Amino acid sequence: MTALLVLAGVLLLIGGSMSIAAINRGPTNLDRALGADVLVVIVISAMALYIAWTRDEGSLPILMVVALSGFVGSVSVARFMARRRGGRA
Amino acid sequence: MSEILEVIGALLMVLGALLAAIGALGLLRLPDLYSRLHAATKPQTLGLLLVLGGLALVIRTWSAVTTLIIVLGAQALTAPMAAHLLGRATHRTQSNVDAEQIACDELTRAHEQANSPAHEQTNSPAPAGDEPRAP
Repeated sequence: MTALLVLAGVLLLIGGSMSIAAINRGPTNLDRALGADVLVVIVISAMALYIAWTRDEGSLPILMVVALSGFVGSVSVARFMARRRGGRA
Repeated sequence: MSEILEVIGALLMVLGALLAAIGALGLLRLPDLYSRLHAATKPQTLGLLLVLGGLALVIRTWSAVTTLIIVLGAQALTAPMAAHLLGRATHRTQSNVDAEQIACDELTRAHEQANSPAHEQTNSPAPAGDEPRAP
């Protein structure tokens, strides 16, 4: 159980580092928004790991808030990019 | 019994974390945003389902399960919408996409048909559009 949770944490750390590298690399802002979406999912997974590790059910509402508000960023970036360069938004 | 359930839950969490790592690797490796969308939407739905299912097996209370269902439902409803908007914005700006790589571009064809003057005359034959057209 403990070893499996540590393994999952290491995998999440690798995934988070790679998605931050993808955000850094771009090359467009739309790619960065996509990387931020993946990073939100990794943060939710890491918080789920923390809850499984500590059996701390009080942290579950944090998970819900992150999941409910995580998509706003990429949607607004997509709308902004479409308006600025496409002409017909 | 509860020990077995906890191990199964931890295994599911490892699978979900593996899927998240693979999705992030796909973000780095794949060439343009259309193919990156393919990699990025796997941890958003299946990976999160595995991780939250594993957490539900570890905790095993109904109040936690209902909260996790809300989390999963919100993510499953909003992730496809965000991916669709990102793909549409990429199609409009045509940024960093190799046009030769696109096998079938129906949205450009529909836009051209809607904007062409032949569209306003009645009974005019539609332009032959069977083959994909470069945008």
